[in-house]
Amino acid sequence: MARRSSEDTGTVKAPESRRQRKKRSKENKTRTVHANLLYDAANKGEENPNRHYANNKIKTTKYTVLSFLPKNLFEQFHRFANVYFVFIALLNFVPVVNAFQPELALAPVVFILSVTAIKDLWEDYRRHRSDKEINHMDFNQKERKQRIFTFQERYVEKYWKEVRVGDFIRLRCNEILPADVLLLSSSDPDRLCHIETATLDGETNLKQRQVVRSFFDLYNSIIECEKPNNDLNRFRGYIIHRSGRRDALYKENLLLRGCTIRNTEEAVGIVIYAGHETKAMLNNNGPRYKRSKLERQMNVDVFWCVVILLVLCLFAAIGHGLWMFQYGDKRPVFDVLSPEGTDLSPIMSAIYLFLTMIIVFQVLIPISLFVSIEIVKICQVYFIHQDMDLYDEETDSHLQCRALNITEDLGQMQYIFSDKTGTLTENKMVFRRCTVAGVEYSHDANAKRLAMYQEMDSEEEECTSHGGTLPRRDSVTSHQSARVVLRSQSTKSHRRTGSRAEAKRASILSKHTAFSSPMEKDITPDPKLLDKVNDCSSQMDFMRFHSQPMSQLPSDLSDTIDFFIALTICNTVVVSSPNQPSSSSSLITNRSSNKGCSSLLSSPSAESTLTKLHEERSCGGLENAFSPVPPSYDGKASWNIEEGELRYEAESPDEAALVYAARAYKCSLVGRLPDQVTVELPHLGKLSFELLHTLGFDSTRKRMSVVVRHPLTDQITVYTKGADSVIMDLIKPPNTGRKLQKKIVCRTQNYLNLYAADGLRTLCIAKKILSQEEYACWLQRHLEAETAIQGREQLLFESALRLETNLQLLGATGIEDRLQDGVPETIASLRKAGLQIWVLTGDKQETAVNIAYACKLLDPEEEILTSADQTTKAFHSSFAPFDLHPSSSLSSSSSHAAPFLVHRLGLVIDGRTLAYALDKSLEDKFLAVARSCRSVLCCRSTPLQKSMVVKLVRNKLKVMTLAIGDGANDVSMIQVADVGVGISGQEGMQAVMASDFALPRFRYLQKLLLVHGHWCYSRLANMILYFFYKNAMFVALIFWFQFYCGFSGSAMIDQWYLIFFNLMFSAFPQLITGTLDKDVSAETLQHLPQLYVNGQNSEEYKPYMFWMNMIDAFYQSLMCFFIPYFAYADSDMDLFTWGTPITTLALFTILLHLGIETKTWVTNLILDSLMTLLLSHFCSLIALFFTVALCYNASCPTCYSPSNPYWTMQRLLQDPLFYLLCIITPVAALLPRYFYRACQGTLFPSPVQVGRQLDKLPADTRRNILSLTRVKVGSPLSPKPPFLSLSKASPKGCNKNDQRSISGSKTLEATQGQADEEEDRSCLSGPTDSEMHLSDLYTLVPSEIDTLPYTKDAPQPAGELQPPSTEVSECLDKTLEPSDVSLSSWITSTPLLTPADSVQLNLLPDGAPQCVRYSRNSEDRLKPDHAVHPAHRTEQEVEQLLHTKL
Amino acid sequence: MMASSYNAKEEDGHPSGASGHGGPGVVKSKKPDNTAFKQQRLPAWQPILTAGTVLPAFFVIGLIFIPIGIGLFVTSNNIKEFEIDYTGVDMDSPCYTCAKNSSWNNTTPCTCSVDFTLEQPFESNVFMYYGLSNFYQNHRRYVKSRDDSQLNGGRSALMEPSKECEPYRKTDGVPIAPCGAIANSLFNDTLELFHIDSNGSRNAVPLVKKGIAWWTDKHVKFRNPGGNNNLTLAFQGDFSKPVNWRKPVYELDPSDPENNGFINEDFIVWMRTAALPTFRKLYRIIQKKSSTTPTLPSGKYTLDITYNYPVLSFDGRKRMILSTISWMGGKNPFLGIAYITVGSICFFLGVVLLIIHYKYDTRNNSADIPN
Repeated sequence: MARRSSEDTGTVKAPESRRQRKKRSKENKTRTVHANLLYDAANKGEENPNRHYANNKIKTTKYTVLSFLPKNLFEQFHRFANVYFVFIALLNFVPVVNAFQPELALAPVVFILSVTAIKDLWEDYRRHRSDKEINHMDFNQKERKQRIFTFQERYVEKYWKEVRVGDFIRLRCNEILPADVLLLSSSDPDRLCHIETATLDGETNLKQRQVVRSFFDLYNSIIECEKPNNDLNRFRGYIIHRSGRRDALYKENLLLRGCTIRNTEEAVGIVIYAGHETKAMLNNNGPRYKRSKLERQMNVDVFWCVVILLVLCLFAAIGHGLWMFQYGDKRPVFDVLSPEGTDLSPIMSAIYLFLTMIIVFQVLIPISLFVSIEIVKICQVYFIHQDMDLYDEETDSHLQCRALNITEDLGQMQYIFSDKTGTLTENKMVFRRCTVAGVEYSHDANAKRLAMYQEMDSEEEECTSHGGTLPRRDSVTSHQSARVVLRSQSTKSHRRTGSRAEAKRASILSKHTAFSSPMEKDITPDPKLLDKVNDCSSQMDFMRFHSQPMSQLPSDLSDTIDFFIALTICNTVVVSSPNQPSSSSSLITNRSSNKGCSSLLSSPSAESTLTKLHEERSCGGLENAFSPVPPSYDGKASWNIEEGELRYEAESPDEAALVYAARAYKCSLVGRLPDQVTVELPHLGKLSFELLHTLGFDSTRKRMSVVVRHPLTDQITVYTKGADSVIMDLIKPPNTGRKLQKKIVCRTQNYLNLYAADGLRTLCIAKKILSQEEYACWLQRHLEAETAIQGREQLLFESALRLETNLQLLGATGIEDRLQDGVPETIASLRKAGLQIWVLTGDKQETAVNIAYACKLLDPEEEILTSADQTTKAFHSSFAPFDLHPSSSLSSSSSHAAPFLVHRLGLVIDGRTLAYALDKSLEDKFLAVARSCRSVLCCRSTPLQKSMVVKLVRNKLKVMTLAIGDGANDVSMIQVADVGVGISGQEGMQAVMASDFALPRFRYLQKLLLVHGHWCYSRLANMILYFFYKNAMFVALIFWFQFYCGFSGSAMIDQWYLIFFNLMFSAFPQLITGTLDKDVSAETLQHLPQLYVNGQNSEEYKPYMFWMNMIDAFYQSLMCFFIPYFAYADSDMDLFTWGTPITTLALFTILLHLGIETKTWVTNLILDSLMTLLLSHFCSLIALFFTVALCYNASCPTCYSPSNPYWTMQRLLQDPLFYLLCIITPVAALLPRYFYRACQGTLFPSPVQVGRQLDKLPADTRRNILSLTRVKVGSPLSPKPPFLSLSKASPKGCNKNDQRSISGSKTLEATQGQADEEEDRSCLSGPTDSEMHLSDLYTLVPSEIDTLPYTKDAPQPAGELQPPSTEVSECLDKTLEPSDVSLSSWITSTPLLTPADSVQLNLLPDGAPQCVRYSRNSEDRLKPDHAVHPAHRTEQEVEQLLHTKL
Repeated sequence: MMASSYNAKEEDGHPSGASGHGGPGVVKSKKPDNTAFKQQRLPAWQPILTAGTVLPAFFVIGLIFIPIGIGLFVTSNNIKEFEIDYTGVDMDSPCYTCAKNSSWNNTTPCTCSVDFTLEQPFESNVFMYYGLSNFYQNHRRYVKSRDDSQLNGGRSALMEPSKECEPYRKTDGVPIAPCGAIANSLFNDTLELFHIDSNGSRNAVPLVKKGIAWWTDKHVKFRNPGGNNNLTLAFQGDFSKPVNWRKPVYELDPSDPENNGFINEDFIVWMRTAALPTFRKLYRIIQKKSSTTPTLPSGKYTLDITYNYPVLSFDGRKRMILSTISWMGGKNPFLGIAYITVGSICFFLGVVLLIIHYKYDTRNNSADIPN
């Protein structure tokens, strides 16, 4: 409360301008902002011209207390199903057609609507709470005390929500911006302000924002800018001064809401946009609504249900019409006239009956299904959240499900598209080794140290306790009231300082900043190189002392020192000291110390900068207040390194890594000014390099350069750092250089290749010394470029190119981007699960390939197909053999088995080629090739390309895709994929914001997909099928009855049962099954990734299953209807007394059916009592049913017309016949299903069932079996694992074969369906355009199917390798004796990993097969193909393709 | 490696979870609780349906069902039942004329008598039913057409019957009691049974007309307005009789006030609408007189019918059924046959599964022998 004390001090009146402005702003579509100070002073807030703009209070809630009901209902009625059900309920109010009591018929709809409404309400309440939290964050706002020019202004603290447009706000380091603010002043001497935009775009590098150029008069200047829009990169406006002068404002002047002030002690700005009008909020779209594959499938079946419903109704209506017709004019006494006493014609009554039947049969459309699915999904999400294995202790974060409705999609993934940096790797750049002047320094000690960190990783828990005791150099100062500020400050301090544990604790607080951990910072120098550096610098020191020219230094020594100087200064790293003050109290001390310090400056240029600053300050008057002192970079803190470590903040982690590396060699960067870099060197002390130019990094040049004046030699030196490929081309041609230089280049190149092979990121460092004339010449044109108005970018680019020539190579560095824990294992098991993993990275090819090797994505045994930097033609020719091959293999395959050997292929494609590959005409071809490859690696790809690849695969192959990434560059990919996963790791929250699931680590993907995905999928699939079955079964009962009631729409089941039965008795257990049922244990699922194929192939829920279920439902309902029918035929049973047993039987049957389908029967005592279990749940549910029925039947003797069930159940319970019926009917009804399941379990068990059997084994045996698998997986390189021979032996082959082939023959439908699907898919992958050559090529693909090694049915073409199907039974006999072995060999047959015969390809994902086979042959041809022996056809086709393309 | 770490995690799960809670002063971590429920590790029984596991169930079902079925079949066969159709469709049937002339508007009763012979004596209590065929008492509009409140003697419902009774709710503004189509179509034939002695004399078989309705119906659901005394007073004047009725509701059984009005048992039985278009309703009970003589000795009988109820218009049939009952109700061999059939099928399938099991299902056996 105190902080709000001086809030209402007063305002001033300015009506004239306000109205004008308001009018104008409407006309001009611009916004005018005045300083609030002016108006607040005179207590006239309502006159403030800014009052019409949105304030900073945000409200993301959808409803208010009043609007909730109508708005929520309105939204719910957007769902078709709800409208349908309401329609039916209303239909009941029409007397002619009504089937139930109208009020009663409303009940289910009301129930469903209210459940959904409660859910919405809860979500909205959560939003409301988070809004409230944000709105109540504090910040400083400048409040004027006096109107006169003075420095005595005051800042008051206000909540975020109280910020208004026109307020001045002061922001300190690490504070989060509450609104979009125009930067008016900064403590930075360069009038800069650094911000981190991680929350907006995920980039953690610091961005510079500039203070408005012109002086801003608090009282008379008016800001005019554009209306709020969501373009983060655009801001236009100008300041109108009193004089009428206009000064432009750019996006560089705007600080956006949500960003964090970094590295700038204090900044002051005026609020331009607030609340919902900020760019961040305008960009904040709600979560996307995704519909899962299962739901799409389900909707098809819902449609079929509608069709069935209509057919049934039509049938009944026609039946009724005929029934009426047969009586003619003789009105039987039981055919009641209409209420008006009029007669109904058969046709009319048939029409009415049609509507009535729709009401009666409405249950067929599962009303509770939709709401049940939502409930189940929420529970599933809850369990995923609760999984300990998905919890990352280090960051104290667990998996977040941001999309609630696609959990089951996780179980159906087929393709994974992964980012590399930060996803597979840690995105922690560690300096590993370097080459200086052609000499390699291996940094062994450093490597050892890194290895130690790795160990520490695993023992991280031990460190935790130490975390607290470590000194926190950056203690949090006075402003602790604001929680957010506190959080970010402490984060920062932790990041800089301590051990891993400290870092861990820091990351607990905030996990989206990319500051270096100790691992990256503490580099152990290579002793040899360190000696050399010392040697060199001491010599230089000596030479300086004796004023000898530096050129006398031996070249390798000078190269060494230059190398480190380049590392140190050729970057944009910002230095800050840990003592950097972040409070106003320390500001004052700094201010006072500032003047004393400034004399210490050694460089004249810096001096001039400062004087400039001083001048500015003195003339600025008021602005002085807005631009507090420059930071004490040159104060005592940075001069005395002993006192505190320097902190480096870099745009990219590589840069920081290099600077830290240089520091390890005592070459420390101690200060950076816009025109000066201060470096401390051993022996030489501090040297200030005059920074003449910085030519920043861009992706085209792939390098950056700095032009400095060397303080020792006074030469103008260019230091360039960049990708090896480009730097090597720019090295001074050898003929002009010395012989040695050539050697160095040669050697360095060798080492670079080595580095790349080690998976290191390589950079080359080079320098160039410019003569004064050269420099002057270049400078002139550069200045021209800088001042050019048009095409400045281009000119600057050219200017940079002119400078960066004839370089002298200094050395190269290798930086390691460490793999995350468990990545290879995860990839291996995901791959075993039949997932295709593509890595899409922006990194360069060599690095990408090496990381791919490191994480076992690529395999040394694999043939790597590289297509980099190729033209379209080359692309064609390199891919041509793949296209051609099918035809040739088709003819040859039947004759001999050799071509069936699976040869694995990896495709590496780079951005440029990718651009061709993604071309319309080539994408099919590209896909065909890519599918044939085991792994695909796209390097140098842009974010757009990433998303295009995902989209291409998703749309063309009709597969489920998952994209995983961590950075802003992955966002588009994440959004395109069916499921987007964000790694909530290093690179900010952007990916997480866009994702459906956010994981702390890549390795969690394994459990998420293999276990939770599988569970969610199988649970939901079973639940949906069950719902369809249950409703169909129930409706069919009534349908059969229509034959015996003249199709009059009568129901023997009490309407209360009819309506609530479905809602309560039978839906409830299914909810529990849908939430808790486990088909296979988590452990087995993780160790047998093959089980995942189950979901990929949608094996739990195939279209035919719906119909099977329907048929089963009809059969069961026949049983449930006709057994009581015959039992009570021609008896004195009355309608509802007869209907009640039927209801009971149906309930029994439905529950027992669920029992058969349920895989896990939870028997837990505690849960028992809670009634949330299954086994006793059935009993209790039946008991509940009887209790309810008994109570209901005893409750009222005259109510519940027409059934009036008084004492019915009581009487039935005295009837032995009732019990006899209850026994026989469910047995008879479930017999086929039970028998089928038993046969299936024995004859053709699904892989899932094998997994379940494994679960049942004693723990030891299971581990043995699983460990066998693991050995296999772990050593894919071992030539022949011992039991692989088994796999070739007959029992093994047979075993496999029997499972497959029998399932093939028995589930003929299934196989058929699959084959059809297969065919469809292949067709789809064919050309969409009618280009002859393409269709020519692709017509071959479908015909391939017959000869696929991929087998659900026994493959014929495999010939001698494959035991013919007649031998199956024989084989089965043989499999009798290898007991465990048969099982384990089944499990261990990891088709994707064994370069064996085609028999083992069973578990290949649908996508791969036909391609895999011919790849072997293509490999044979690949090499010659380019050069010698292109088939005639190939050439022709390439030609043709080219023509058509042109 | 993966597996070992996994196992380790699982094993040390409990202690680490415990320590997580114990740590004082630590920032509350988001670490999920390590409970079996949340980690989905609830102890569970996972039945796997294979031939081997299912086998016993099939045999057990078979072995239980077949004896039950035989028992039921025998019981059903021991029940004696006699049925006679008196609709009078054929020219030579005694009720032909009555059937032809009968209509709802007839006021003159038409009588006819049917002779029949019981081959076997009926030993225990005999239940006399009338049966109707092709009579859709379960028609949707028919079933609804009643007012239970009125039948319960509710005064207000008596005056203002439910709308469901339309169009049999009021005649000329006067409420009908009892209202609705069900009541309107009350079965109004009268059946009398005579035993023809060996010497040719007709002995009326005593028919008990009480105790044929559900006890709860008679005593709870159905009530006369204003108690049972002086029904005439209660009904007369304000109400009209249903259109098809020949006498008002208070004259249904003038002899016995306990069986008159709404609580007339014939009426109550009729008001329980039958489930299927062919049905029977209990009409009378023939009590067993002594343990020595059968209730209905074999021999000749005559059924005297007061033929009022027209069924020919909808091809209906009227029957009179005499039946004894057992513990399982009336004669119905179906359930016995069903049990036998299902039991046999189960047994047969059990055998099939046994074959399958021994031929194919090796996994389970082998799994039990860990190496």
